[in-house]
Amino acid sequence: MNKVFANVQAALEDVLKDGMSIMSGGFGLCGIAEDCITEIARRGPRELTIISNNCGNQGQGLAVLLKQKQVSRVICSYVGGNPDLAEQYLSGAVTVELNPQGTFAERIRAGGAGIGGFFTPTGAGTVVAEGKETRVIDGRPHVFETALRADLAIIRAQIVDTAGNARFHRTARNFSPLMATAATVTIVEADRLVDVGQIDPDDVHLPGIFVKRIVHVPVHKNVIEFRTTRTVAK
Amino acid sequence: MSWSKEQMVRRAAAEIHRGEFVNLGIGMPTEVANHLAPDLDVTLHSENGLLGMGPFPTDEEVDPLLINAGKQTVTALPGASTFDSAFSFAMIRGGHIDLAILGGLEVATNGDLANWTVPGKLITGMGGAMDLAAGARRLVVLQSHISKDGTSKLVTTLTLPPTARQCVSRVITELGVFDPAGDHFSCVERADSVTEAEVSRKTGAAVVFAFSPAPTNSAG
Repeated sequence: MNKVFANVQAALEDVLKDGMSIMSGGFGLCGIAEDCITEIARRGPRELTIISNNCGNQGQGLAVLLKQKQVSRVICSYVGGNPDLAEQYLSGAVTVELNPQGTFAERIRAGGAGIGGFFTPTGAGTVVAEGKETRVIDGRPHVFETALRADLAIIRAQIVDTAGNARFHRTARNFSPLMATAATVTIVEADRLVDVGQIDPDDVHLPGIFVKRIVHVPVHKNVIEFRTTRTVAK
Repeated sequence: MSWSKEQMVRRAAAEIHRGEFVNLGIGMPTEVANHLAPDLDVTLHSENGLLGMGPFPTDEEVDPLLINAGKQTVTALPGASTFDSAFSFAMIRGGHIDLAILGGLEVATNGDLANWTVPGKLITGMGGAMDLAAGARRLVVLQSHISKDGTSKLVTTLTLPPTARQCVSRVITELGVFDPAGDHFSCVERADSVTEAEVSRKTGAAVVFAFSPAPTNSAG
């Protein structure tokens, strides 16, 4: 079955709907599916639930969807550096569900792995535990957290083959392979698209079984949030 | 004289033992990396998916897809590995990270930590702070002794929303080194010429002065 689409317009054409849930990989702006986000902004579906660690940053990435009032709910771990989200959270325009980052990752992993939920010590005795089942395990209080799933995941990889096997670059991997497992439709946009057999099976970070659609996007902006460098004494 | 920020950071660096896996929080804790002896064999973890984090890159080395949890560009040292966020937090929750050094807003005498929000003021989210506080094998907090509004950040019970309970092993401030000890702080070190009276006056909880020699990096 052909998974390769000519562009993100084609890949997203029949999946975007008002009220849908979208998982978006990336840590801040690092490793986001730039073209997919641009297309979602252009098409303009509304009342979206966004599941993303940061939901954009500094007015860029998914923050564009916030600016356009396309988002009604965000499930994330961090809103710092994202004035659009902070503002709409404060005004009540957007509902924000904050998760500890490891709990956030594990909820997505559980969603993709057929696990209904799990007990974690993270968040015990804090606001995170309010209204949730708790249990003492090995003498430590644990909090029950439920799995997360979504209608769509938009993922960016460094290289993908036509079967959807994907490999990520450095810290651009973050939540992306987890999200790919937890969505009804997963779209990968990749810097490089290669034939099957070109990625060694041992080098596959995300097996193609989790990928429904593929788009080759050779050029990404790769915005750096904080460019920090050192000088080397000559 | 109380300690300067650099002296505080150096003191925090002395908490790190040979061969440890360490996570340094955003802000002042990040600077601890600049004060590690080269032969200490420490491996730095960044929760966005990097173990074996190196210094900031040179201009030529900058890779936009290689960043730390503060979204700054970094490098990967020989022997480094990259991984997804579930794996990264398995390292934290699973007790594989020996030490986390984090910033703080309040620490209580029982080791409770508040460092993620001030109601009505600060909206950032907890990010990885709750996981690190609950999961690291040992947690050292590096923070100022007094908040900007003049109240002590070492308290009997938290007034701010907690990040995690009974998790802090040690607090380093400009006045010295303090270990939560149940119903009081044990002051194990004072900055030069800071008096016991000054420490007691500036601490919002009981303090017992029980000095021990400063640790060295060769321990452990």
